[in-house]
Amino acid sequence: MANEVCFRTLHLPNPGSLETYRSIGGYETLKRIVTEKVKATEIINQVKISGLRGRGGAGFPTGLKWSFMPRYYDGTKYLVCNTDEGEPGTFKDRDIIRYNPHQLIEGMAIAAYTLGARVGYNYIHGEIWEDYVFFERALDEARAAGFLGENLFGTNFSFDLYAHHGYGAYICGEETALIESIEGKKGQPRFKPPFPASFGVYGKPTNVNNTESYASIPFILQHGGQAFQDLGVANSGGTKIFAVSGHVEKPGNYEVNMGIPFPELLSLAGGIWKGRQLKAVIPGGPSTAVMPAASIMGATMDYDGLSKAGSSLGAGSVIIMDDSTCMVQTLKRLSYFFFEESCGQCTPCREGTGWLYRVVKRIVDGEGRMEDLDLLTDVSSNISGRTICALGDAAATPVLSFIKHFRPEFEYYIQHGRSMVTGK
Amino acid sequence: MLKIEIDGQAVEVEHGSTIIDAADKIGVAIPRFCYHKKLSVAANCRMCLVQVEKFNKPLPACATPVSEGMKIFTRSKSAIEAQKSVMEFLLINHPLDCPICDQGGECELQDIAVGYGSVKSRYTEEKRVVLNKNIGPLVSTDMTRCIQCTRCVRFLKEIGGMMELGLVGRGEHAEITAYVDKSVESELSGNIIDLCPVGALTSKPFRYSARSWELTRRPSIAAHDALGSQIEVQVKNNRVMRVLPREKESINECWISDRDRFSYEGLNSTERLTVPMIKQNGEWKEADWKSALEYVANRLKVVAEKDGNDIGFLVAPTSTMEEGYLTKKLARGLKSGNVDHRLRRGDFRLDGHFQGTPWMGCNIPDLQEMDRVLVIGSNLRNEHPLLAHRLRHAVKMNAAEVSIVSSLDDDPLMPVAFKEICSPDGMINELLQILKAMSSLQRLSLCLPPSLNKLLEGIEVSANADAIAHSLAGLGKDYDLVSPRSGVFLGNMAQHHPRYSELYSLAEAIASLCGATFGVFSESANRVGLDLARALPSAGALNARTMLEQPRKAYMLVNVEPEFDCRNGKQAADAMAQADFVVALTPFKSFALNDADVMLPVAPFTETSGTFMSMEGRVQSFAAAVKPLGECRPGWKVLRVLGNLLGLEGFDFDSSEAVKNEIFGGEKPSKVVWNKLNNNLRHLVEVDVKATSTALRRIGEIPLYQSDAIVRRSLPLQKAGQSSVGMAAMNSALMQKLGLQEGDLVRVKQDAEAVKLPVRLDDRVYDNCVRVPVCAETARLGDLYGEISVEKAS
Ligand SMILES: Cc1cc2nc3c(=O)[nH]c(=O)nc-3n(C[C@H](O)[C@H](O)[C@H](O)COP(=O)(O)O)c2cc1C
Ligand code: SF4
Ligand code: SF4
Ligand code: FES
Repeated sequence: MANEVCFRTLHLPNPGSLETYRSIGGYETLKRIVTEKVKATEIINQVKISGLRGRGGAGFPTGLKWSFMPRYYDGTKYLVCNTDEGEPGTFKDRDIIRYNPHQLIEGMAIAAYTLGARVGYNYIHGEIWEDYVFFERALDEARAAGFLGENLFGTNFSFDLYAHHGYGAYICGEETALIESIEGKKGQPRFKPPFPASFGVYGKPTNVNNTESYASIPFILQHGGQAFQDLGVANSGGTKIFAVSGHVEKPGNYEVNMGIPFPELLSLAGGIWKGRQLKAVIPGGPSTAVMPAASIMGATMDYDGLSKAGSSLGAGSVIIMDDSTCMVQTLKRLSYFFFEESCGQCTPCREGTGWLYRVVKRIVDGEGRMEDLDLLTDVSSNISGRTICALGDAAATPVLSFIKHFRPEFEYYIQHGRSMVTGK
Repeated sequence: MLKIEIDGQAVEVEHGSTIIDAADKIGVAIPRFCYHKKLSVAANCRMCLVQVEKFNKPLPACATPVSEGMKIFTRSKSAIEAQKSVMEFLLINHPLDCPICDQGGECELQDIAVGYGSVKSRYTEEKRVVLNKNIGPLVSTDMTRCIQCTRCVRFLKEIGGMMELGLVGRGEHAEITAYVDKSVESELSGNIIDLCPVGALTSKPFRYSARSWELTRRPSIAAHDALGSQIEVQVKNNRVMRVLPREKESINECWISDRDRFSYEGLNSTERLTVPMIKQNGEWKEADWKSALEYVANRLKVVAEKDGNDIGFLVAPTSTMEEGYLTKKLARGLKSGNVDHRLRRGDFRLDGHFQGTPWMGCNIPDLQEMDRVLVIGSNLRNEHPLLAHRLRHAVKMNAAEVSIVSSLDDDPLMPVAFKEICSPDGMINELLQILKAMSSLQRLSLCLPPSLNKLLEGIEVSANADAIAHSLAGLGKDYDLVSPRSGVFLGNMAQHHPRYSELYSLAEAIASLCGATFGVFSESANRVGLDLARALPSAGALNARTMLEQPRKAYMLVNVEPEFDCRNGKQAADAMAQADFVVALTPFKSFALNDADVMLPVAPFTETSGTFMSMEGRVQSFAAAVKPLGECRPGWKVLRVLGNLLGLEGFDFDSSEAVKNEIFGGEKPSKVVWNKLNNNLRHLVEVDVKATSTALRRIGEIPLYQSDAIVRRSLPLQKAGQSSVGMAAMNSALMQKLGLQEGDLVRVKQDAEAVKLPVRLDDRVYDNCVRVPVCAETARLGDLYGEISVEKAS
């Protein structure tokens, strides 16, 4: 079965409309929780049981994160949704806001009720303008229908939700940079701790989750945490949207159960295009390690499955590469991305990402030296774990994993000044 | 307290300390660039990474709070590896040409690189080049050297009060820059030179003139405001090359103002007077000391023989206590009571009413602990740049409420709780309102003298005045403070106010009603010290104002340029012109001294020993940092010899310490000061409730870089943004009323003197007032707060 949670309106006409969402029982869960005054601890407990882990990339258990929000706090608490997906190959959240925005809104409203947040923001990537506009309309609908605003369902629960668009900086997806950006400042990560739960938007307690995480909440509270967990496997409850891109016949978003064997996912996406062979896969977005065909073909798509196979689930952005792919040139593209997107705040990332990119580029330009490979490995390790935010690690991971798995291709490129695969 | 271990050494630290605090406490050196104890933590350089037990990656010591039992390793393999890798990253794009960098020899990057850097660079790619920025005449930039630590950014935002620099651009394009086409205008900007760990920000005036190891360092005291900041004068070949702060937490912390940092350029001015000069037949002739001194003694004696009171003695408030004291002693020896140093004061009605020497009323650090402050008549950032910072700190860190009563609405760069901008006369009325509000608030009206109570009867209290009274009393919108630490302070502009005595009396009454600290942010380096040394008129004698209103036959000027330093430039100039004899003890030749008869070259503060007393009553003596220029002599020696030549008793001092000793009656200064500082009045002066005037009024502000003769000659300061050019600034209402437009030339007239000045639109100036700051073009105008007329020049 596919499309059971976040995309559950997708098969219906006009899937993103309020009408359609209500036709499948949308907002009923919110109404029940609010009017029956379901206890916050009970909700958090269900989320814990569901096994939902943050879909933004880090995979932090959502129920546990919610329990960090201070319960009693004199002042405004904030709720933030992270729809800033900007990593290459990542395009799942935009489909949630354009095909099922109301489920996200309901999920956020439930979270706001649970965490005592009065105000929420959905921070939407600046390069998906039409979807931002569409989401704004969904917000208007929800307000008009009495699902957002003051004293919802005649209770004293009030929640205002606003859309906020960025300008396309990848770093603004990092939760504290995102918060700075919401505050109108330059998007630049803050040093943690303090975490957003104690010092977030305007210094107030703030909960940040990914779009897919929030959008899973109505299902969990409608059907119970266990039902969600049962869709998936141990340590990875529920479904996951995999954004499959690259050399497949049918690239796109696939919401499937956690733990699906990779070959099944691949065939859902129509298999490798043009009858070619699979060479490698980046299973969770460029910040996760690349996997050679052999290891990914035996892996299941869930947190433990991928980590056992030597990579990680990340945001579920599956980039498929066929046997015509030059790994050296691919790495150059990825390194350029991190070099370009580093915020420049901390030394290892600011200086290191440029260094990595320039060396890889030099190799691609035919000027490589054999010792460059050790240098690249060393510089990457020197960035890893020494930066303010995880972009540093993200930049190091492709370099380390590409060289680890495809070293001969790099050596060939250095020796011959051209690609072993393309010959160019 | 938390018990932790650093490199095997046990240490106890307070809750909330970071690893770097703990390490600093026991002297374990952790390398760092972005961290600075006075700034917020940025944790961006990553140089301070250390290993912490139970953590699988190194943590930044500057940003990691310690917890009980934490074991920290600053020199373990993993810590050193992390530190070395960060150092490598910092150096790949940093120019490795230290020999041509101005910072060489005092560069934190260079120092730490010696310990953590590698001999050989593994980086063979192209290095980054960053365009330099022109951020003004004081700070020079070499942006390719910047390591993006953001200390400069954080300083200007957090200490300076305005974010004038920022890190724009991402990744490798991240660079420090000012607003487009703007220079950095902070009056504290020079501190970013000290803060910058590399040679990216250096001193423009000092740049490339010496290497740090060639400089001799001499401690001294800053001479341009009454804070008593401790400075280090750095010297090469008997020339002051630059001035840096000495760290003194309770005074200037680790900062100094730009005025104190760059004024030294004035010491090396071509206008320095290096030999005695005597005017003969209208022409200045060089003379030797002996004949000059004898000439002066004879001329003074002739006048004094008839009546000593025909001589007036004017001492600049930047003079040392020794100079002031000996001047007074000389005057008394010549039977003159006319001595004063309060040259810009207009209202002396309080003389005789003080119970002691007026002072700040508390210590400098107390300011930043205050909850509620009322500042009356002060352009804080111009007058006392670092006090403005202390108050800013109070507002930011302790949610203090600062309120302001003034005729100028200049931005102190801090949130102001309540402000009342009014005419100079209006200020009196405003204080009456606050007093009335306060007395009804406290139901303490009985404590006021009946005469004052009567005065208050007819006063109508505005909402703002009521709010200020509530604030001072600790009563707030959201909550009340049980015993607020409040303060009421008078600034320089209040001291220059034509009705200072009334302002003072009312401010004192307000403060005493609410139990607030009351004090004066006194002007110039040594106003309090000269008061204590009694460089003041004796009872019934003439003060600084009347000495000029009733011209004397002879004057002695000590460090004074009459038309710049006196309240009424025109009157001062005229008085000098008509006098039979004027002797000036001065470090500078000055056109303002053209009417003098003798100029004796005396040493400025860097070339003489002496004593200043700060506004908080701190007595600080200093030695000469360099030998006097040319034939200059320390002022105290010149006065001593004059005393001898005049045959006066008690002038046999062999050192400035001996003079100081006599001032303090042989006691320890602190013991004497304690008894003498007192802001209380014996009697209140009469307050005129009705006095108002409809005439146009001058606001004769003293600009930041016009405060005294040395500052006026520092070219870099004169080029800086805050320097002042002649202008008549007024608000739009007045411009409209006078039919003027920005940039129009106007004839500005005071008494018989007129100058042509451009009009500036300045809505910070109160109605019917014209801001005409003191500077070269306007020095010969009249009273700082006198009536003024403005008409369009044809
Ligand atoms: C460089 C960087 C970019 C990130 N971009 C995103 C993003 O686009 N969307 C997202 O949800 N999380 C992103 N994250 C993760 C967020 O910081 C954060 O962990 C997440 O939004 C938390 O939500 P979750 O727990 O529901 O996953 C990014 C992290 C880093 C370091
Ligand atoms: S790791 Fe990179 S992106 Fe993250 S804070 Fe440091 S410089 Fe910025
Ligand atoms: S200019 Fe100096 S102080 Fe400012 S960020 Fe660069 S290195 Fe740091
Ligand atoms: S000093 Fe700690 S990160 Fe810079």
